Amino acid sequence: MTREADSPPVSTAAGAVLPGVRWALVRDLRIALRSRSELAVQLLFYVIVVALFPLSTTPERNLLSTMGPGVLWVAALLASLLSLPRLFAADYADGTLEQIALSPYPLEALVSGKILAHWLTTGLPVALLAPLLGVQYQMDGESLAVLAAALLIGTPILSLLGAIGAALTLGLRAGGSLLALLILPLYVPVLIFGAGSVDAARSGLGATANLSLLTAGLIIAVVGAPFAAATAVRIALD
Amino acid sequence: MTLNWFRLASPATFYPVAGKLIPWFAWPAALLACVGVALGLAGAPTDFQQGDAYRIIFIHVPSAWLSMFLYLVMAFWGAMSLGFNTRLSAMMAQAIAPTGALMTFIALVTGSFWGRPTWGTYWAWDARMTSELILLFLYLGVIALRSAIDDPRRADRACAVLSLTGAINVPIIYYSVKWWNTLHQGASVRPGESKMATVMLVGMLIMSFAAWFYSIAVTLHRARSIMLERESGSAWVNALAETRP
Amino acid sequence: MNEFFAMGGYGFYVWSAYGVTAVVIVAEIVAVRARRRAALLHARIAGSDDARPAAPTGSVR
Repeated sequence: MTREADSPPVSTAAGAVLPGVRWALVRDLRIALRSRSELAVQLLFYVIVVALFPLSTTPERNLLSTMGPGVLWVAALLASLLSLPRLFAADYADGTLEQIALSPYPLEALVSGKILAHWLTTGLPVALLAPLLGVQYQMDGESLAVLAAALLIGTPILSLLGAIGAALTLGLRAGGSLLALLILPLYVPVLIFGAGSVDAARSGLGATANLSLLTAGLIIAVVGAPFAAATAVRIALD
Repeated sequence: MTLNWFRLASPATFYPVAGKLIPWFAWPAALLACVGVALGLAGAPTDFQQGDAYRIIFIHVPSAWLSMFLYLVMAFWGAMSLGFNTRLSAMMAQAIAPTGALMTFIALVTGSFWGRPTWGTYWAWDARMTSELILLFLYLGVIALRSAIDDPRRADRACAVLSLTGAINVPIIYYSVKWWNTLHQGASVRPGESKMATVMLVGMLIMSFAAWFYSIAVTLHRARSIMLERESGSAWVNALAETRP
Repeated sequence: MNEFFAMGGYGFYVWSAYGVTAVVIVAEIVAVRARRRAALLHARIAGSDDARPAAPTGSVR
């Protein structure tokens, strides 16, 4: 399997942030799209997990429709967890990550680009697929719309927070389970407000509060997570 | 003054200081705990609505407060260790984690025992208790990460980043009560408009200080052991080991 | 006295809560002291190895 060209082009411009983001984004997207089957498999995992819950409980309409938002969200969390190692591990294993860290682009920018690529190939497809699967859970149109909106806002947060965990656990034994232990607690507020938005909409309270909180969380994550993740990458590389 | 602080930041200097400090926190903690428990179990009057079951509040609330406070302190020392690259700050953070986890555990268990007679269930998935459970996982995550990393310095820095990231969750715990209309009763202590009798308030405050001093004493004690473990082989540790029984 | 233990019928819950707390606190104190003893022991061993390299005839300390 051929790897992408290792070192980014030299840039002496002070405003190297956006070019850095773009470089990492394009590179990671290119690599990801080369193994389209891997992406498809991740989506399939999502579909299967979602299908498991009615099988383990009941196909009864009311119960399903109550469970729906939660199940679709939990499965999104799990799908995110499964795909996170892809973010740094491969580059770390063959030394590319060290090259990337040495480049003139700010590491935070490169990490942001990677995270964006991760979301585009993992979170976004899940967010778009979920409403379709929500039909299996007898969810009505309004609920599905709110769910889609919540997932669109929430899945980037999952990628952002997940990147921190992925960087912290680079190269550690039992990395996958440890990653889950570290990241799932951080995911819980996203889960609560994300799934809660649908419940709030259904009960007539309106989803605005939940969605606003999610958006606030997204902004905080966008501003803070790349720094934390870049720091964690440096710690792992030392 | 600046000179003094940085000298104190070396494990060799701080070790004996910590040793001297421990009794100053341990004994007051024990005393306050005795007074607090006596107040809680006997001194305070029976609650009109909840009967004697409410007496659990004298442990539940202080331990919950401590669990959140200790996490913030741990994150603070983590930040210090990242910012100033001091070993001792990281050792303090390392020392706090187990005590914080234990406080969280106590809060959860006592909350469970309080919930059963009061709301009819051992575990109500309300925001406050659930967030406390998440806090326990956060503590366990920091402890697990430390044990998964062999290099102590990498562990220091990784745990610092992790605990700082988790620290964002602590305000969410605190403010979640305001956002959620749940089973859990509203924050019991608000300055100026306490719903409780003064005796109950005093009892809770006494127990809070008891828990706080206890945590400091145990953390200092654990930090000393950590210093011995991590600085093993250095001159001051060797000298110490020879004189100790 | 019986009234005290009964806690208005809630005795089980109150005493369980206080009891678990006491057990946990005692356990932590015991653990922390054990850790210190182990740390001192290891420090002594490590110190003796470094401070006094073994003589060729393997003299006893």
